[in-house]
Amino acid sequence: MVENKSFANVVMLRKLLFFTLVMFVFGYALVPFYEKFCEVTGINNLLQPDVQAKEIRVDESRWITVEFDANTRGLPWQFKPLQTSARIHPGEPVNVMYEITNNSDREINGQAIPSYSPRFLDKHLKKFECFCFTKQVLKPNETRQMPVQFVIEPGLPQDIQTVTISYTFFELPDGTAAAVKR
Amino acid sequence: MAAVHGDAHGHEHDDHHPSGIMRWITTTNHKDIGTMYLWFSFAMFLVGGTLAMGIRAELYQPGIQILEPELFNQFTTLHGLIMVFGAIMPAFVGFANWQVPMMIGAPDMAFARMNNWSFWLLPVAATLLVGSFFVPGGAAAGGWTFYPPLSTQGGLGVDLMIFSVHILGASSIMGSINIITTILNMRAPGMTMMKMPLFVWTWLITAYLLVLVMPVLAGVVTMLLTDRHFGTSFFNAAGGGDPVMFQHIFWFFGHPEVYIMILPSFGIVSEVIPTFSRKPLFGYSSMVYATASIAILSCVVWAHHMFTAGMPTVGQLFFMYATMLIAVPTGVKVFNWTATMWRGSMSFETPMLFSIGFIFLFVIGGFSGVICAIVPIDIQVQDTYYVIAHFHYVLVSGSLFALFAGAYYWIPKWTGRMYNETLGKWHFWLSMFFFNMTFFVQHFLGLAGMPRRIPDYNLQFADFNMISSLGAFGFGLTQLLFLYIMINCIRSGDKAPQKPWDGATTLEWTHLPTPAPYHSFEKPPIVK
Repeated sequence: MVENKSFANVVMLRKLLFFTLVMFVFGYALVPFYEKFCEVTGINNLLQPDVQAKEIRVDESRWITVEFDANTRGLPWQFKPLQTSARIHPGEPVNVMYEITNNSDREINGQAIPSYSPRFLDKHLKKFECFCFTKQVLKPNETRQMPVQFVIEPGLPQDIQTVTISYTFFELPDGTAAAVKR
Repeated sequence: MAAVHGDAHGHEHDDHHPSGIMRWITTTNHKDIGTMYLWFSFAMFLVGGTLAMGIRAELYQPGIQILEPELFNQFTTLHGLIMVFGAIMPAFVGFANWQVPMMIGAPDMAFARMNNWSFWLLPVAATLLVGSFFVPGGAAAGGWTFYPPLSTQGGLGVDLMIFSVHILGASSIMGSINIITTILNMRAPGMTMMKMPLFVWTWLITAYLLVLVMPVLAGVVTMLLTDRHFGTSFFNAAGGGDPVMFQHIFWFFGHPEVYIMILPSFGIVSEVIPTFSRKPLFGYSSMVYATASIAILSCVVWAHHMFTAGMPTVGQLFFMYATMLIAVPTGVKVFNWTATMWRGSMSFETPMLFSIGFIFLFVIGGFSGVICAIVPIDIQVQDTYYVIAHFHYVLVSGSLFALFAGAYYWIPKWTGRMYNETLGKWHFWLSMFFFNMTFFVQHFLGLAGMPRRIPDYNLQFADFNMISSLGAFGFGLTQLLFLYIMINCIRSGDKAPQKPWDGATTLEWTHLPTPAPYHSFEKPPIVK
């Protein structure tokens, strides 16, 4: 009887330890699941080119000021837009140039991450070309000019007159392949 | 408590266990380990409480007086971590260790050696956590939820916290595996599942929740660690990660965690109220089903903690309705407790007072929880003192009050001595008064917009903060009275009668002498 009982306990212990292990793996499995979920539902889709819609109506009755902002974090680059703002109509394609300079004497990989204000701007912003879609590799003291092409859709709420598009460059450790897969 | 067991063992069950400090280090006895859990958690409660006193002292007046903002943030962070992982959770495990074997008629826990291990991991983890105050850069300061990017940027203190959480998680998992196996495999003959005392049922469900979500917490802190030191980018946007994903994984653990901290207290209250109403628990089976459905629902509501983090409206609606649904089984429980008291032959000893106080205040916390579940309101009160008030109503007047009720209820069984009833009642009424003084006004502060985790505030909040701080100091001092009552009871309390509570019906009261012998139920009782 006692033998049976302690054997049953050990069987139970094994099952529960296995379950614990499964849940630990499940924690990690949430990472690809989260990415897949965002991809399928189109949430958080900041770093992929949008498809150019056949026809976007340009709303000429309305002006929007787009401000451009550029930052670097933890890498010796100089990063700035060539124009600080633009006055545009919703629906009108916009082309802006940014310039980065590597001030150090080593080759550095960088990745730009966008940030928008107001936060829901990403729903109304269609980006066709951006230096943030890939990593940027700059040789020592190299300077590069890069375009961003986008449209702000006329669906942007009427009370918004100014929007800000901001990029921050982060350094990628060596060997990090295509930084952003999503 | 060593002296207490001294007269219990040595009679018929002397198996030459070591004495002095080695007894406690090497013990595999569930009662010894339960005792150590309870003392440990009370010590951590005092440490966490001291931090709370520091926080309230700083908030006594507007402006920075006592704690620099950086240290204030460390205080709020460690207060939360220590109270959740160091005080409340181990205290419930302590109760489980003492009570589960006695209530189901088992001689000990299933894995006695592992039980010893799961306790002795705790002091190690606590040392890491408290010691992190003294490393360069100080303790973790990004809040008890340690969201990145703050937690990926902090110093050595964050690493110590991560290791500490790993160890605490391992301890909890071992403890809950032990509890599940004990409950499922070691019940006395005749003790069917649906005859188990409700405290045992709630712990069984809690233990399952623990093995479900603790490994996920271990996973997420491991990701944090590799992000900090090994070049991964789980939460680092620059490397393709996402800090919001941390919040999702953390709260996948974190929301069941809050039910891990409240379900055992439902169990304690469900033992105390029938005893002092001298009636069986109303709706026993509905209580079991309500507990199970709370546990299941708790796994699908996590994102209500992050309504403002950015989420589609559909998601917000789903998590809002799922959250509000939890009010249904919880309402079943409150109804059953009330119905148990209805026309009962009630008496109001300290455990009963704490249980009634629990119902009263936990319902307030539950209601403010339903209010927070409503998305448009939550967007307003997110990260304000309203949320602080809400979760202190469920964690302090919920979990902690139930722990007090359980301690007063079972201390005669554990020590063979009675506590001082007059002082116990003082403890309850002072706690009740000061608790509400501290936290009720925080609802107003939150609704007026005072943000949490900030050491300074606008002058308009000054009066309520002063009231809250004074209440907190009173509440803190009152808990020293609890320490005095317990020590006084253990050392020089009156001898407890065999069954001090005439309404008690569970095995530890009906089948075991008082105090409970060192080895109990070596021959299992027959339950009819």
